[in-house]
Amino acid sequence: MSSSTAAKQYKSLGDDVWKNKVEKINAELFTLTYGSLVVQLIKDYEDYAEVNKQLDKMGYNIGQRLIEDFLARSNIGRCTEFRETAEVISKVGFKMFLNITPNITNWTPDFKEFSLLLEENPLAEFVELPDDAVEGGLWYSNILCGVLRGALEMVQMQVEAHFITDTVRGDETTELRVKLIRFLEEEVPVGED
Amino acid sequence: MSFLSPTTSSIFGGSGNEDGSAATGHGGMLVNESCLDFLMMELVDAMCRTAIDEDTDREVIFYKLEMLGYRVGQSLVERFTVDRPRFTDTLDVVKFICKDLWVIMFKKQVDNLKTNHRGVYVLQDNNFRWFMRMSTDIGGTDSSSKATPYLWFPCGVIRGALANLGVSSVVMAETSNLPQCKYFLSLSQQSQCRSRAFPSGTFQIKIAKS
Repeated sequence: MSSSTAAKQYKSLGDDVWKNKVEKINAELFTLTYGSLVVQLIKDYEDYAEVNKQLDKMGYNIGQRLIEDFLARSNIGRCTEFRETAEVISKVGFKMFLNITPNITNWTPDFKEFSLLLEENPLAEFVELPDDAVEGGLWYSNILCGVLRGALEMVQMQVEAHFITDTVRGDETTELRVKLIRFLEEEVPVGED
Repeated sequence: MSFLSPTTSSIFGGSGNEDGSAATGHGGMLVNESCLDFLMMELVDAMCRTAIDEDTDREVIFYKLEMLGYRVGQSLVERFTVDRPRFTDTLDVVKFICKDLWVIMFKKQVDNLKTNHRGVYVLQDNNFRWFMRMSTDIGGTDSSSKATPYLWFPCGVIRGALANLGVSSVVMAETSNLPQCKYFLSLSQQSQCRSRAFPSGTFQIKIAKS
């Protein structure tokens, strides 16, 4: 199956799941809650690098639960290669949870690393960062990096994800870089033989 | 830290559409409800993780979750009351909480509202949305006890919403029987907003007499 056919199929799958299989809520409550969380973390840790870490950690925990929701609703089988994974993440994953479809760009020649360009981001809707947060290196939506990491780990992919740019910091674009470290061996859960 | 201050309406002044219709929240961006569910679960877990001693730190956890909700409540009210006519009295404000705010947050209205007409209100939700899929193996009071921290965020939302509508309060909540829960609002005019955690997880909203 050519990659553009696959992409189209994933797009219509993502659209279908979003339209028919999910309960939707107004994004504002979600945006405000997330914002309140970031404020709380900044108060608690007072160090933006640490806040980034905490957001990533929380995202990781969320990702491990979210993947089940994803698999149950999308019924998608195993991806054969990382390029496919990228399409699924963008057209089905992001679509069914956040109703956005980030663009996939900047593949490395070995197809182990790509970027997601977010044109919209419900997490950061109408958020402005004060200067010291920008200077301190806060990645406001860092929870997304953790979500990707946690979710993909549950489907046997170890990845590293981080933001390169973010419009909330005044950058032109919001770019999230995802790198495949390795495929993980499927392990038998402890206690089962 | 105030970049998310509800008073800076220029930051939260619109929604997906840059027009006046955005004020009611209709036609704004939508997300999957699971996003909020997962975020809430992790929020409660994360705050509980910061507690070293379960008992003495329960107050701290309560305080943090309640403050998280407080900020959200303030902002929500700012966003969703722009088009509304002025509130006539305190009861009107509480009714707004029971109807409009509850619908925004939980897609349903509060099931039962009682008041002693002296500043104390009890809001009862018989099918609290966040409890709908919660249970523990032991059940009963164990479930109620474990579910109670999920009430603390909404308590803050209520208190924040009331505060931004000019009403000072203390909010408590309890659940004894999932998925039912009750919120106790105590309105007080003069006193500062104070929230105290009780081990049973009851929140009282004391609203100032207007």
